[in-house]
Amino acid sequence: MILVVLENQRGNIHPFSLEAVAAGQKFAQELNSELSILCLGEKVSELKTQAQNFKSNKLIIAQNSLIDMYSADGYSKVLSDVISNMSPKYVLMGHSYMVRDFVPRVSAKLGIPFVSDIISVNFNNGSPLFSKQVFNAKLATSIEVSSNQALLSFQSAAFSSDDIQEGGPDAEHVFDVELLGQDIRTQSEPEFQESASGVDLTAAELIVSVGRGVESEDNLPTMQSLADAMGAEVASSRPVVDMGWLPPYRQVGSSGQVVSPKLYFSLGVSGAIQHVVGMKGSKNILAINKDEDAPIFEIADYAVIGDLLEIVPKLTEEINNSK
Amino acid sequence: MKIAVLTKAIPSYESSIRVDSSGKWIDETVVNYVVNESDAYALEEALQIKESASGDSEVVVVTLGSEANTSKVIKDGLAKGADRGIFIKNESTTTDPLAISKLFADNLKSENFDLIFSGLQSDDMGSGQTGVLVGEMLDMSTATLAIETKVDGDKIKVKRELESGWFQWVTLPFPSSISIQSGINEPRYPSLKGIMGAKRKELNVLESSPESQTQSFVNLFVPTNEKVTEKIVGDTESIVAKIMDILKNKLKVI
Ligand SMILES: Cc1cc2nc3c(=O)[nH]c(=O)nc-3n(C[C@H](O)[C@H](O)[C@H](O)COP(=O)(O)OP(=O)(O)OC[C@H]3O[C@@H](n4cnc5c(N)ncnc54)[C@H](O)[C@@H]3O)c2cc1C
Ligand SMILES: Nc1ncnc2c1ncn2[C@@H]1O[C@H](COP(=O)(O)O)[C@@H](O)[C@H]1O
Repeated sequence: MILVVLENQRGNIHPFSLEAVAAGQKFAQELNSELSILCLGEKVSELKTQAQNFKSNKLIIAQNSLIDMYSADGYSKVLSDVISNMSPKYVLMGHSYMVRDFVPRVSAKLGIPFVSDIISVNFNNGSPLFSKQVFNAKLATSIEVSSNQALLSFQSAAFSSDDIQEGGPDAEHVFDVELLGQDIRTQSEPEFQESASGVDLTAAELIVSVGRGVESEDNLPTMQSLADAMGAEVASSRPVVDMGWLPPYRQVGSSGQVVSPKLYFSLGVSGAIQHVVGMKGSKNILAINKDEDAPIFEIADYAVIGDLLEIVPKLTEEINNSK
Repeated sequence: MKIAVLTKAIPSYESSIRVDSSGKWIDETVVNYVVNESDAYALEEALQIKESASGDSEVVVVTLGSEANTSKVIKDGLAKGADRGIFIKNESTTTDPLAISKLFADNLKSENFDLIFSGLQSDDMGSGQTGVLVGEMLDMSTATLAIETKVDGDKIKVKRELESGWFQWVTLPFPSSISIQSGINEPRYPSLKGIMGAKRKELNVLESSPESQTQSFVNLFVPTNEKVTEKIVGDTESIVAKIMDILKNKLKVI
C-alpha cells in the first residue's frame, strides 16, 4: 500500500500535499498497489471534503483533540502508529517545513529511512530510485533504499497537482488514535505573521537579484545603481538578508517571496533549490556568476561567466549612456 | 547547562566538485572543507546562551567525519569559545541520516546534554534530518528552524520559522534538540586569544563505524540543463556589449 499524508495549512490542504496526492496516484499505478490518503489532526473536515474528490482506495481519518494544534510529539506518534498498523510500503509527503519538523522522528521511532527533498523518481521496474540535489546543487544523486518501507518527501514541482485523478475514495476508515496528554511535551502558541512586507516583488517586471557573490555590503550601492538604470527592483538571496545587508522583504525563495518577472537578472547567486523555487517561473533569466558550474546556469536563459564586480559598473554606465 | 553543537565540515561553495572514479562520491582531494553555514549560527546561539546564563554552563562542539576533512571545524569552534570538542571519527562515506544519527546518539548518550543544537540542513547532503533524528533517539523534545531562542530555567522557548512569512513560538522542556535557521544571530570571528587558547582545550576522539545503511547513493551525476542556455564569455567589454544587446534588442527592457 502507498500512503499519502495530507498537511493542514490553516484550514486548507497544503499545496505540496496536492503534489503528493498526484505522486501517490502515480506510485500506486506504477507499483500496482493500493492507495490510501491520511487526514490527521483535529479539524479535519476541510481536508476530508477536499480529499473526497481524489481517486484512492481508502481515506483514513486520524482525529484527536490533542493534535488540534500541530506538535512534533503528537504528529510523529500518530503517524508512527498508523504506519505500524497499516504497513504501507511508501509514505508520501510534500517537503514542507512541518514535514521536516516531525517526520525524522517517525523515521527514528520505526527505523524506516526517510528520503527527503526528492526532485524526481525513476520507477525502475518496481524498485524505484529517488533523485535529489546534493553538494550545494552542484550534483544530483539517485538514492536506493534497502528497507521494506520508506518515508518520502518531494520538493515542490517534483509532481504536478494538475495530474490528480478525481473520483473519490472507495472506502473510508476511522483510525483509532491513542494519545495521552503526557505524550506531548512541547507547548505551541498560535501561528502568527510579522508585519506586512515593504515591497511587493511579485508585481515587479524587472528584478536585479544579488547573492553572496557581491562579496561585501559596500558593493550594494553599485548593484542598486544598475537596478536604478534599468528601472528594476532589487531582490536578494537569503544569506544577503541574514548578514543584514538587505531587509527580509527583499528575499526571494522558499522562505521569501515567489516572483515571476519579465526579467530576473541575478548577480552572484549560486542557484540553491530554496532560491530557485522562488524565481524559476521568471520569463527570462540572465545570470552572472564567476563559476561556470554554478547551478543557476541550469535554469538560466543567458549565462554570463565572469566577475560581476567588473561587469556591473561598466554595464550601468553603458545603459545610462544609451538613454 | 550543557549544550552540544553539531558542526559539520562541508565543501566550500568555491570548491570544484567532481565525481570520482567510483561514480558514487566526489574527489575530496580538490575540495576545501569549511563549517556548514547554519552550524555556525547554531554555535553562536549556544555561546550567547552560555554567556548570559547564570551558573556553570558548557558548550561542546561535536563533529563527525574523516580526520582530514573535519580538523578545521573543531579548531574553529574551540577558537570561537566552545569549552571542549568531541570528534567522532568516521572514515566511511555513509550518507544515510539514520546511520549517522545513530553514531551521534550512541556516542553522546552518556553526556546527558540539556540542549543539542544543530544546523537546519547540511549544504552537502541537505537531508535536514540529523538534529531531529538524534533528538528522538535520545528521547529529547525537538524543534526545527529556530529563528530566536529564550532559555527559561529548564525550558527553552523557540520562535520557529514556518512557510510564507508565518512564525510560531514553541516551549520545549529540557533535554531538547533544536535545529537552527541561518540569520538568527551574528556569528563572531575567533579572536587571536581564542585561537591560541584552543590548542589547550580538551578534545575527545571517539572511533566509530556505521551499521547497515537503509538508504545509499547509487551514483552521483551533474544535473542536466532544463533550458537552452546561451553562454556568454569573454573580456569585460565584450560581455557588457553582449548583455546590452540582450537587454535592448532581445528582451526590449531598456
Ligand atoms: C529551509 C531553507 C530555506 C531557505 N530559504 C531560502 C530562500 O528563501 N532564499 C534563498 O536565497 N536561500 C534560501 N535558503 C538558503 C539556500 O540553501 C542557499 O544557501 C542560498 O540561496 C545561497 O545564497 P547565494 O547564492 O547568495 O550564496 P552562495 O551559495 O554562497 O553563492 C554565491 C555565488 O556567487 C558566486 N560569486 C562569488 N563571487 C563572485 C563574483 N565576483 N562575480 C560573480 N559571481 C561570484 C559564486 O560562484 C557562488 O555561485 C534556504 C535554505 C533552507 C535550508
Ligand atoms: N557529520 C556531521 N558532523 C557534525 N554535524 C553534523 C553531521 N551531519 C549532520 N550534522 C548536523 O546536522 C545538521 C543537519 O544535517 P543534515 O541532516 O545532513 O541536513 C547539520 O547542519 C549539522 O548541524
